[in-house]
Amino acid sequence: MSRRVEIRNPEVELSRFRARLAVAGSVVVVLFAILLTRFFYVQVVQHDYYHALAENNRISIVPVVPNRGLILDRNGVVLAHNYSAYTLEITPSKVPDLEAAISGLASVVEITAKDRKRFKRLMDESKSFESLPIRTRLSEEEVAKFAANRYRFPGVEINARLFRQYPNGEHAAHSVGYIGRISDRDLEQIEARGDTANYRGTDHIGKFGLEESYERDLHGITGFERVEVDSGGRAVRSLARQPPVSGNNLILALDLRLQEVAEKIFGNYRGALVAIEPKTGGVLALVSRPSFDPNLFVDGIDPQNWDALNNNPDKPLNNRGLQGQYPPGSTFKPFMALAALELGKRSPSYTIADPGYFMLPGVSHRWRDWKAGGHGMVDLHKSIVISCDTYYYGLAQELGIDAIHDFVSQLGFGSKTGIDIKGEQPGVLPNQAWKMRRYKQKWFAGDTISVGIGQGYNLATPLQLALGTAVIAANGAVYQPHLVREIEDSRTKTLTPVATAPVRMLDLKRENVQRVKAAMVDVTRPGGTAGRAGAGAQYVFGGKTGTAQVIAMKQGERYDEKKVAERHRDHALFIAFAPADDPRIALGIMVENGGHGGSTAAPIARKLLDFYLLGKLPESMQVGEDDADAGD
Amino acid sequence: MPTQAIKRIATFLAGHIDSFLLTSVLLLLGVGLMTLYSAAEQNTTRVVGQLANVGVAFAVMWVAANIPPHILKNFAVPAYVVGIVLLVAVELFGEIVNGAQRWLDLGVTRIQPSELMKIAVPLMLAWYFDRYEATLRVKHFAIAAALLLVPIGLIAKQPDLGTALLILASGFYVIFLAGLSWKILLGLFAAGCASLPVLWSMMHDYQRRRILTLIDPTQDPLGAGYHTIQSTIAVGSGGVSGKGWLNGTQTHLDFLPERTTDFIFAVYSEEFGLVGNGLLLCLFLLVIGRGLIIAAEAPSLFARLLAGSIALSFFTYAFVNMGMVSGILPVVGVPLPLISYGGTALVTLFLGFGILMSIRTNRKLVQT
Repeated sequence: MSRRVEIRNPEVELSRFRARLAVAGSVVVVLFAILLTRFFYVQVVQHDYYHALAENNRISIVPVVPNRGLILDRNGVVLAHNYSAYTLEITPSKVPDLEAAISGLASVVEITAKDRKRFKRLMDESKSFESLPIRTRLSEEEVAKFAANRYRFPGVEINARLFRQYPNGEHAAHSVGYIGRISDRDLEQIEARGDTANYRGTDHIGKFGLEESYERDLHGITGFERVEVDSGGRAVRSLARQPPVSGNNLILALDLRLQEVAEKIFGNYRGALVAIEPKTGGVLALVSRPSFDPNLFVDGIDPQNWDALNNNPDKPLNNRGLQGQYPPGSTFKPFMALAALELGKRSPSYTIADPGYFMLPGVSHRWRDWKAGGHGMVDLHKSIVISCDTYYYGLAQELGIDAIHDFVSQLGFGSKTGIDIKGEQPGVLPNQAWKMRRYKQKWFAGDTISVGIGQGYNLATPLQLALGTAVIAANGAVYQPHLVREIEDSRTKTLTPVATAPVRMLDLKRENVQRVKAAMVDVTRPGGTAGRAGAGAQYVFGGKTGTAQVIAMKQGERYDEKKVAERHRDHALFIAFAPADDPRIALGIMVENGGHGGSTAAPIARKLLDFYLLGKLPESMQVGEDDADAGD
Repeated sequence: MPTQAIKRIATFLAGHIDSFLLTSVLLLLGVGLMTLYSAAEQNTTRVVGQLANVGVAFAVMWVAANIPPHILKNFAVPAYVVGIVLLVAVELFGEIVNGAQRWLDLGVTRIQPSELMKIAVPLMLAWYFDRYEATLRVKHFAIAAALLLVPIGLIAKQPDLGTALLILASGFYVIFLAGLSWKILLGLFAAGCASLPVLWSMMHDYQRRRILTLIDPTQDPLGAGYHTIQSTIAVGSGGVSGKGWLNGTQTHLDFLPERTTDFIFAVYSEEFGLVGNGLLLCLFLLVIGRGLIIAAEAPSLFARLLAGSIALSFFTYAFVNMGMVSGILPVVGVPLPLISYGGTALVTLFLGFGILMSIRTNRKLVQT
């Protein structure tokens, strides 16, 4: 080409062209060989890897959430169940403008300000890729309306979900409890007990009461479905299915009817009532007033209701039956009396002359009896019947705090009873070691005196009072109190009883127990502190009144109920068991600021026993009962 | 008399058809329709639509096969000039689809002038070299390069880098086969490498992303890397013998994007495996090889260069597409020839086949 004039030879040109063509052809072959090598590498060498990726793409394991177990009372009345309903749910991460979307939705289905607030709260608590309900319980009409407008709302879906419902509202709410959406803290706990897989797909968990403590029984076993999904995550077909196992049902010892009657009798008082079956430890009723509606918590409680419950000075969310710790007051005396007899410190005939006060040698302080001038000659029987303080001041001093502690603690005081819901408080049954631990102080002889009448450092929960009473009623058989009587297996329908045997049998002399019981029976008879409450009863029952000071009285100061602010009034207490010869029920009643045990707490017990033993409804529930209930 | 008539009709119809090339192409088309049927979820409308495209393409091929090369030569300059004019028109009035200005709306139909250039450019260059055959000098190569770069610049500006590169290749093949000296080739190669950084800085973001994604597709698994990852999974999971026709899970569960068009090879590869891929490569080699033989035996420089360029361009489309789907080349919008759904590309391809056939069947005529 560099030569100026070139005489082109066609043959040479052609062969040069063909050489070039051959070069190109070789390049083609080489490049195809490279492709083939690549295919070999991907399809043979790395086939397993890509095969796994393709399967991963294709197959999704979808959890199938089990039905939560039911909670039934001892007669089969439903306390917690599930129902299916439609929810309108938003996945926040899929919605670019949440506010606009919610406003748009509001034009299709009704969305109240409450719904919005609750949704906001849920959003703060959840991750943005979770599907969160903005509206629950949609009507068929609303479902249809949304379906027609669905295209306008990406990231918004209608889902049929099972909802938990508590048909009895605030009745027995503290026992049944409630479920709520799983929080981060719940997740940690689920992880800690290695239950993560079983909770895939579950978004509610027991938060309170039996729903919380029997979570593992109620939840059931999550099933799985292997489904083939397309790139949009939509299930195309089911490949295999492992059905879920429904949660087990709880059958309670609790009697809802009794519970309702007890709540009704309580009226507007704050306080608690615990009824235990002495021969089983089964909790027949667990009242804590005021109460709340657990249904509010199921879909996530809205801030307004939450504030109302949480900031209420009456603390409706507290389960007073086992979280409230009160001075047991004179209800402590039968236990002291039993200690005296069992430890040989008092014989039944031993009698004191009560001057109306008690003094320790070398101490000027006078421990006053509630009755000025005293009760005259008092033996053990009378000390219970008329509730003589002086008798127990002296007795406490003679027994000594450690002996009191060691004996009475066997009846369940000063430690958790182990009831099957959470949040229980242990109360306080003091001894020397306890004071040193708690206050880093030595025990003084004077400290012992007021413990004898259930004051001083003494604190007990209404549950402990009921349990102690049940132990006396059952002649020393100590049961772990339990709300759940049986767990019904969802598959086999077999019933597994909870806590059938007593945790311990106290080695008590029958005659000593009988003496204490007899005295308690006389408490409810004319002349006893609960004589008026017991008047005309068609059965024999034992009881003991108690009145616990809320504010300390100065030496010599008189307590005048009318002059004291409502919240500073004394707490009224009563313990009872009935019928006396073969007790079927033991009660611990605590009426906050109720005044006197005999006048406030004992009548509650009487009315309840009338219902439980005779089927007699209290007057307030007899006529127009349904109208009265309608407001609940 | 009737037999003679039939013979005459047969000669009229098949006289300029190269049966070897036709058979290879038909085999590939068969594979393509089968794969398309699977990729389109056994929906026959796509297949019928493609068959209609094939019909049109065959007509175009037949016409082209019946135009002798020396007449075809006369089309070179007009086709090129029209192409350039249309490209400029696209630049000025073109429709913007997916962020690129590639289409020209003629009222009746929309056309993609860059597609026309796939044939017009090699035609023009072959004509040019043929015209100056006796006195080819470096100057002519430079002018040829300029003729090549003008349309490429216009197409790259649309931007349609994929097509620009393909046309660059088809033009380069002509220049290479025309005998551009190795020294200059090496020089160009070195210069090309040196200009890579400049090219990089001129690229659009999406183009850069495609290249970065090729190096590590997992960096952007849901964005630019998604296509590559899913298509590589489809190919890899196909294994040696494939999952079977209509049984590709990546395909039928919608994981494969663009599965009837640019990524149809992934469908084929998933369902027919390495064996199927080998077979497909062989079929492509048959077409390419036949094209190269036609070029080698072509009578004139014009025919040789044109045939060689068409054959090598065909190879380039196939290679770039399969390389892209199997994850060794960046994602460029290049369909797999004869397999992917699409009328325009098919018509262009068959125009090329028609020209090859014309060159083949007219070789003795001109030589003598």
